[in-house]
Amino acid sequence: MASHPEQTTGPLLAVRDLRTWFELRQWGFMRVGSVRAVDGVSFELARGEAVAIVGESGCGKSSLARTLLGLHRPSGGVVDFEGQDLGRLDARALKDYRARVGYVQQDPYGALPPFLDVRRILAEPLIVHGVSDRHERERRIRAVLEEVRLTPPDEVLPKFPHMLSGGQQQRVVIARALILAPHLIIADEPVSMLDASVRVEILTLLREIQRERRLTLVFITHDLATVRHFTERLFVMYAGRIVEQAQVDALLDRPLHPYTQALLAAIADPDAANATRVRSIPAGEPPSLVNPPPGCRFHPRCPQAIAGRCEVMDPPLFEPQAGHLTACWLHA
Amino acid sequence: MTEPRDAMPPRADAERSLLVVEDLCLSYRTSRGPVRAVDRVSFDLRRREALVVLGESGCGKSSLAKALLRLLPRNVDQVSGQVRLAGLDLLALSEERLRVDVRWVRIALVMQASMNALNPVVRVGEQVAEPLRVHRGWSRARALERAAETFALVGVATDFLQRYPFELSGGMRQRVVLAMALVTEPDLVILDEPTSALDVLTQASIMNRLKQIKAELGTSFILITHDVATSSELADRVALMYAGQIVEVSDAAGFFREPLHPYAQRLMASVPRLHQAERPSHIPGQPPSLLSPPAGCRFAERCPRRHGRCVEEPPIFQRPGRHAVRCWLAAPGGST
Repeated sequence: MASHPEQTTGPLLAVRDLRTWFELRQWGFMRVGSVRAVDGVSFELARGEAVAIVGESGCGKSSLARTLLGLHRPSGGVVDFEGQDLGRLDARALKDYRARVGYVQQDPYGALPPFLDVRRILAEPLIVHGVSDRHERERRIRAVLEEVRLTPPDEVLPKFPHMLSGGQQQRVVIARALILAPHLIIADEPVSMLDASVRVEILTLLREIQRERRLTLVFITHDLATVRHFTERLFVMYAGRIVEQAQVDALLDRPLHPYTQALLAAIADPDAANATRVRSIPAGEPPSLVNPPPGCRFHPRCPQAIAGRCEVMDPPLFEPQAGHLTACWLHA
Repeated sequence: MTEPRDAMPPRADAERSLLVVEDLCLSYRTSRGPVRAVDRVSFDLRRREALVVLGESGCGKSSLAKALLRLLPRNVDQVSGQVRLAGLDLLALSEERLRVDVRWVRIALVMQASMNALNPVVRVGEQVAEPLRVHRGWSRARALERAAETFALVGVATDFLQRYPFELSGGMRQRVVLAMALVTEPDLVILDEPTSALDVLTQASIMNRLKQIKAELGTSFILITHDVATSSELADRVALMYAGQIVEVSDAAGFFREPLHPYAQRLMASVPRLHQAERPSHIPGQPPSLLSPPAGCRFAERCPRRHGRCVEEPPIFQRPGRHAVRCWLAAPGGST
């Protein structure tokens, strides 16, 4: 397994100090500040590795995903994908780039055009990327449907999205993401709209395809309970930053950052005793990304904040254990 | 109706059930024929008790919530059965009396995504005070004072009374909606997916508040959710729905430890757990269409323990301790 980036021929993706800021304007032209959705994020992804990015809404995880997809221009920093700098690609190179990165959206029904049948939906990326032979397209569409186990293809191909169940729709979305044989798949909350009994099925499918094709998978989620079974490494984001990253077992069993600890303490495994248990939750809410607090961004809510340090100095990423990084002064 | 027209209906004494639902059916007219979204649902709820109605999308759980208060859309075909609130038959009550005496006064409903239904141009304090002015005829000042107390109860700072909904985060708006439901001190609050759009920490914090409110005020709750883990945060009892029917009702301890219905067992096995090495397993297949549900057990097609008898519809088998299961395996002498 490619969980040690240094052992392969080099990372698939290297992100260094990435910033994606959105300008705020008043009356349409006056600049009044920026929303720092992604603010200084660095990591590397090895080929064939599955990584989850976990965080609450507004922490910047979707902005990060959309930047990696080439949908937002980075405001600063470098995204190095197979040796190319994403920020410097021209329109043509960006189109090629998008063929190498597949996107699995959150809401399958919203992601599929309602008036196109499955055949047309899957043909679209092939047409855009110059597969002009109709038979070749048909062959690839059928192959990818087999791969996502939407069978028999003859029954599925003429259907429109509303004729499929939520799970089947999400398989079509996955098939569309795979059809150009990408090297990287970004799945943004791929199962949050689906029922519990279907979620596992879709995640298992994604994981199997990822292993068979030796793809790199970035799985964005707010659900910590699912990640252990479907990824190798885990990144925790808070207020535009990655605050902790490690192998998934290490991170879930021995979390180092107080924010990660709070997240894990808030999650319930089904148990009748929960009804009488009051959980300790850090007060307050995540900070504004327009005016983030100085120092560590979690310090106003942190039960372990060190006075005189955490509210003043921004913690860099420390590595208290090999492969386990955390941006927290407690581990300096 | 025995009580005098203007008086409040008598409150039930503590032993009796607060709410008894018997054989409740609800069907919708559609272009492809009637859809029976709620099919012969029966349960009872005691005072101070929280019942979780658990089920996956399309199982009829939200229709059930609306049927309890007769808040029904126009395409409803038929409603039958009984819903008795402390002896008062809600389905037989006139629309006017239901509105004046029951809705919001004795039963409040927090609908799905209602935090997005706050009036954007009215300060949230006024909105929370409004039920008291409408239903109790209180003065504005008195109602606002109570609204402030209710804000404290749900964990919103009282200076937020002056704010508009757009100035609040999603979690805060959800608390405001909760305050609106609680401000009249109803006997029963029905919550339809109250936290499913919220983040983990916000969700846990709101569930904390609900537990406190339940313990301090003695409010009864019906919590409708698809989320097994969240359901265990409040449940005294659990009713599991599948394809319009309740397939198992049991106390929470029994349900989460050893559910009896095969669907309940498979559903529990599909829930990922934070500290469990075992990979969760999915349930193959899909729920049946409610346009033409199968004649026998509705879960039979997906059931790993299906046997010959499952082509007949199983009745509800009562087990010891207010535990009921709609499965042939639970029949006396069965093998569960």
